[in-house]
Amino acid sequence: MKEIIDFNEIKTEAIKNLLYRLADDQLILGHRNSEWTGLGPILEEDIAFSSMAQDKLGHSQALYQLLHSMGEKDPDTIAFTRKVNEYLCCHLVEYPIGEYDFSLMRHFLFDMSEAIRFNMLSSSSFEPLAKIAKKFKGELKYHTMHAVTWINQLGAGSEESASRIQKSLDKCFPLALGIFEPSKYEETLISEKIFFGEKALQEKWLEAVIPVLKNAGLKIPLLENVKAAYGGREGVHTEYLKPLIDEMTEVYKIDSGAEW
Amino acid sequence: MSIKSIDPRVTRENLPEEPDQNPIKELNHWQTYEVFHQTKKGDHHIHVGSLHAPNAEMALILGKEQYARRYQCVNIWVVKSSDIFTSDYDDEDIFETTPEKMYREAGGYKVMDKINKFKKERKGV
Repeated sequence: MKEIIDFNEIKTEAIKNLLYRLADDQLILGHRNSEWTGLGPILEEDIAFSSMAQDKLGHSQALYQLLHSMGEKDPDTIAFTRKVNEYLCCHLVEYPIGEYDFSLMRHFLFDMSEAIRFNMLSSSSFEPLAKIAKKFKGELKYHTMHAVTWINQLGAGSEESASRIQKSLDKCFPLALGIFEPSKYEETLISEKIFFGEKALQEKWLEAVIPVLKNAGLKIPLLENVKAAYGGREGVHTEYLKPLIDEMTEVYKIDSGAEW
Repeated sequence: MSIKSIDPRVTRENLPEEPDQNPIKELNHWQTYEVFHQTKKGDHHIHVGSLHAPNAEMALILGKEQYARRYQCVNIWVVKSSDIFTSDYDDEDIFETTPEKMYREAGGYKVMDKINKFKKERKGV
């Protein structure tokens, strides 16, 4: 009997850890991308990018809500009151928005992984998560359509746009590999059919992004020369995360019960 | 002491008096596209507005968020504004009809009497 309980505990831990990783990625990147609101390169793109940033916040809220139903604190408390090292987001989402080419490349690399991840999760044995994953499908499809169209546009644009998007790819690639940092729960997640695992996801992601990047005329960094930016999933973050969280939680800290 | 305002409405950017004579490069020409959305399969596409985009693919991607992010929508069209052939407002009078031709308007048909009679009867029920 004792063994069974322990095993279920590990399973619950594994699911919660997965949910925190997914939700924190969405929250932090959603916040980052919203920094473009009002500053986007053109009005139409400003609106589209801001709208997608809102989608990300919505996704994080749905995942925090699921965590709440599993006994964690309520979504706002989870989002706004944790210490920096309690966030499990990857380094890619933490970086400042930089120039628009960087933000677009990050958006492309990250959202391609999200679309594949949630597609995988839509057949998860953990049904509440499978249900959420199905709900995200349409939004993520648009996000990747938007991203792919832009990458093609810039890759085939002028010499300047092609060289800038290439530089952004070179900068983003090691960070993007950090999305797939394995957790200590990989085996449990895989054997319990909750999630196919980060390794499987990374493979599918490479199969999906490489043709798009090649089609846009970009050079793919050699995997063996790239060091994946790991640490985020263990709570070890870049210097950029703390200032972001300080700013994001400013209002909450002044008045935690404020209605919007 | 004078304070130099950083408000662009007060302190204007020093722009050259002669505008730049170099023509805009081809790539920088963004066009206007008209956007039409359809709320239900089979319905008419309805014009909802316009936007700027470098080509049709980008217009579609941007048009989706611009005009279909809040309301029910199943399909959108984008059409280059310059591809629309339009009548001239100077010719607006071609749409005027003379009042003597009531027979050309639905209200002039004899059947209206029957419809009104039917409506009256329904009211009585």
